[in-house]
Amino acid sequence: MNLVNFKWEQDADGIVTLAWDTPGKSVNVLSMATVAELGQVADALTSDSAVKGLIITSAKAGSFSAGADLDEMAGFASQADKDAAKAAFETMMGIHRTFRKFEKCGKPVVAAINGTALGGGLELTLACHCRMIADDAKIRVGFPEAQVGLIPGGGGTQRLPRLIGAMAALPLMLEARRIDPSAAAGMGIVQKPLPAGELIAAAKAWIKANPGARAAWDDKEFRIPGGGPFSARGAQVFMVGNAMLRQRTYDNYPAQRFIMSAVYEGLLVDIDTALKIEARYFVRILMHPASRVMIRTLFHSMQELGKGARRPESEPRTDVKRLGVLGAGVMGSGIAYVSALAGIDVAMIDTTAEKAESGKDHIAKLLDREISRGRSTPDRKSEVLSRIHPAADFGALKDADLVIEAVFEDRKVKAEATAKTDAVTRQAAIFASNTSTLPITGLASASARRQNFIGIHFFSPVERMGLVEIIVGKETGKTALATAIDYAGKIRKTPIVVNDSRGFYTSRCFGTYTLEGLTMLAEGITPPLIENAGRMAGMPMGPLEVLDSVGVDTALKITRQTRKEVTKSQTPDADEQIMAWLVETSDRPGVKGGKGFYDYDNRGKRTRLWPGLFGYGKGQWHEAGVAELKQRLLMIQALEAARCFEEGVITDPRDADVGAILGWGFAPFTGGPISLIDTMGLAEFVKKCEALAAKHGERFRPNRLLREMAKTGETFYGRFAVEKAA
Amino acid sequence: MTDCFIFDAVRTPRGRGKKDGALHEVTALELATQSLAAIRDRNRLDTAELDDVIMGCVDPVGEQGADIARAAVLKAGFAETVPGMQINRFCASGLDACNMAAGHIMAGQADLAIGGGVEAMSRVQIGSSGGAWPEDPSIAIPAYFVPQGISADLIATIDGFSRDDVDSYAVESQKRAANAWAKGFFKRSIVPIRDTQGLPILDRDEHMRPDTTMQSLGALKPAFAEMGALGFDSVAIQRYPQVEALNHVHHAGNSSGIVDGAAAVLLGSEAQGRSLGLKPRAKVKAFASIGSEPAIMLTAPVEVTKKVLTRARMETKDIDLFEINEAFASVVLRYMRLMKLAPDKVNVNGGAIAMGHPLGATGAMLLSTALDELERRGLSTALITLCIGAGMGTATIIERV
Repeated sequence: MNLVNFKWEQDADGIVTLAWDTPGKSVNVLSMATVAELGQVADALTSDSAVKGLIITSAKAGSFSAGADLDEMAGFASQADKDAAKAAFETMMGIHRTFRKFEKCGKPVVAAINGTALGGGLELTLACHCRMIADDAKIRVGFPEAQVGLIPGGGGTQRLPRLIGAMAALPLMLEARRIDPSAAAGMGIVQKPLPAGELIAAAKAWIKANPGARAAWDDKEFRIPGGGPFSARGAQVFMVGNAMLRQRTYDNYPAQRFIMSAVYEGLLVDIDTALKIEARYFVRILMHPASRVMIRTLFHSMQELGKGARRPESEPRTDVKRLGVLGAGVMGSGIAYVSALAGIDVAMIDTTAEKAESGKDHIAKLLDREISRGRSTPDRKSEVLSRIHPAADFGALKDADLVIEAVFEDRKVKAEATAKTDAVTRQAAIFASNTSTLPITGLASASARRQNFIGIHFFSPVERMGLVEIIVGKETGKTALATAIDYAGKIRKTPIVVNDSRGFYTSRCFGTYTLEGLTMLAEGITPPLIENAGRMAGMPMGPLEVLDSVGVDTALKITRQTRKEVTKSQTPDADEQIMAWLVETSDRPGVKGGKGFYDYDNRGKRTRLWPGLFGYGKGQWHEAGVAELKQRLLMIQALEAARCFEEGVITDPRDADVGAILGWGFAPFTGGPISLIDTMGLAEFVKKCEALAAKHGERFRPNRLLREMAKTGETFYGRFAVEKAA
Repeated sequence: MTDCFIFDAVRTPRGRGKKDGALHEVTALELATQSLAAIRDRNRLDTAELDDVIMGCVDPVGEQGADIARAAVLKAGFAETVPGMQINRFCASGLDACNMAAGHIMAGQADLAIGGGVEAMSRVQIGSSGGAWPEDPSIAIPAYFVPQGISADLIATIDGFSRDDVDSYAVESQKRAANAWAKGFFKRSIVPIRDTQGLPILDRDEHMRPDTTMQSLGALKPAFAEMGALGFDSVAIQRYPQVEALNHVHHAGNSSGIVDGAAAVLLGSEAQGRSLGLKPRAKVKAFASIGSEPAIMLTAPVEVTKKVLTRARMETKDIDLFEINEAFASVVLRYMRLMKLAPDKVNVNGGAIAMGHPLGATGAMLLSTALDELERRGLSTALITLCIGAGMGTATIIERV
């Protein structure tokens, strides 16, 4: 036996403790090599009469296993041919054979889960006869596969429902929930949690007490907990479960549907037949373009950007220890909050001491909410609040490493704040604006140190949104960029880097979505159809609901400002007219006023579309095919992303895709707007755009870059991908 | 092609589909058997002349399994040479059974047959036979499966039928059924269910609530709102995205009743009828079935009616009476609006809202109801149609002779 990933220790009673320790990684990964070694272990367990039982545990603190090696998985997927499918199927069946050996060897196998166990790692424990877990509240177990467009492939879709019933198993896998040890024990997945130090002893005791251990589902009298798909209760689980799946995902995510199917079809047969069914569904999802793009964007690209892939290599590491925030409003206090959470001292400045204090109060409320949800403690709250120093005096900024301006969206106000900051801060201090639309280069002209001026665009609510959009102005230097990216990493946000333009990348592209919705409304397409089309296309909200949530009045103001400064046109377009009618004529500003395109109840929850909308215009309303509406809503955003590439606003496809999904929830199943174009194929995308342009107008006309790439058959990731360091 | 005639039609009274229903003590087999025996006895039939007995049954499991038609044929003491077949096209099975029998006769491949159906819903609950369409994610999700109550509410929403609209239709159904029973309109077809000593177990439709008013219906909560909120409303809207929200208007009082019952119809060629001394009552002019959009499920009656009228080379105005199954009030309201029918031609003696819908049997019951009323009024033609689960419809045109 040649074990590289495990250490085998046999005690005097013949009980083997197998300590998992993947070399060179901080977490244990279930690679093909690891599975092969597990096969050796299973064979040894079966054949060696001196071995009485096996305990599988981890040698790494805090990690039992993070699951399969996604790069290996992606390796199969990138081939996309029948041989690849066959190889993938054989690989999955090999995993099943090995795991079944543990179940059927006739000797007790116990998992001593002393760290987080996810995906394939958790699935290994499900193939053990008993699972014991440490009572460490930081441990999580769960199935993250669905998050990256995959399904559990190590038997989870078959063992979990046979262990705890389909009704409890399905949400865990479909929603990629991660639960702590006591929740896992409550669901019946593991035994009652024990102190970590007692796990091995307890496992040994269990082995001695259960010499002929067997999997429950290998017993002839085995009954699926809660009943199978055609029991009275089981029928409800699948009937309602299918509906809930459609409600949540609009059937845009094949992985979720394949999980439901694998469980449904698998529970109709015995475990071995069921594992074959799972393997086929796993291969199917692996070969599906959706999983490929989701793994790329939501796993690889996110990780790479989060680790600073866009950082100028030559720049030394920076560390923002002291932050200044200008403006204690919602954004300013949110920025101060997430920074204080990361251990940064924050001077929060506003025009008056009261305003600054109220920003700190807002942070205290956020912390109270976390405490009430059991996610924080009073000690942590005082620790975080102690780092926040509200002030009305710019002098408080003198030691700041970084100052973020989050004041009123007005050039003059921002220019004043910039100048006042420059007057007190150090030469090396970086100044960042949180503006969402005003070009950075223009704002930088108010600064004395333009190479240190940069944009860091946060998203609301700051504490929940994972993205920051870093905008490089014409004169922004590398140190400013490095500082911004390092700071983003410190506050646990994923940074994308874009070059200056009005609306930068995110506001500019997302704006096309809401504009297209208003255009449809102006055409007389009924509001429910527009909104449903947006949600069905995979966007988190319909375009009209988005406008309500940012404030139709805010959107109207920005539209007018753009018309004044950019197009310089005298006549408002259809979208501005609708918004003016809604806000000024009908007094419906959006969520904050309790009414906009929708009505909202007193908790801010939307109730229904305002029936008065049908009073707009000439009242000539009609319906349209929802497929084309969906296409318009997604394609227009993807087109804008492609235009950003042509103009050099975006230079790396990862920024475009990650930024779209994390920044405004662009249909995650597409992997992002650039992945959408690549998956469709440039030629097909251009063809569809031309058809839409012919029918709906020039805004759909594909730009030169797209037509060029369509001719040469390139992809964005092929042409613009950065060479990754070996 | 040979003409097919209806010689006789019987139906059992409908018992409430619950433990306290009068027919709950009677096996499904017995219900079917008594219907078949009634056909034989009323017509002094030499059962050896029968070429087939086809009966609808929608949940053919447990006591309703293993081809209940053949079992009933044997229990009724029919000649051993009479085969039996159980079929399932959900709610129209009873009519489809008659159509199938008629088809064999019209094709000259049979001379005499019985079509009918049976469903003891108090004993074998609806849904007992499972099925892939509502559960298997590989079809339920792509096909936007929703339970039929949601479909009915979807129709009401899209077509703009209010709670008042559907409730007033239900009140009218109850009034018409009560009136018909009081005046003995159903006397000819109803065959009371008796025990072996001849004691009556049930002799009238017991689901009816003649005292139904708008107020009494108004007190009922919409039956499908909760399941809609669980996810089915979203499914329906994804299939019909012009809808913002479903208006849930249906409840037990304006939907078909769950009941126990059986029915049988004697069909044959003119020649066979003459040789057996059977007097034809009506001719089967044409029949048809279609599929329709499965999510909204219940809209097929309009299209299948148009199909069967075309096949019969007839128009709407050529039909004197319409029987459309009252699966849900909105189904009938939609039908009347699109077919441009006056209410005084449709379900004139009430329907399943008042009297109940024993799934496998109803189609044959509607046939006998229509025939009885044609004869009572001296009218000529009737069209019988039912909406069907998974989006289908069946229709039959009969013409009195």
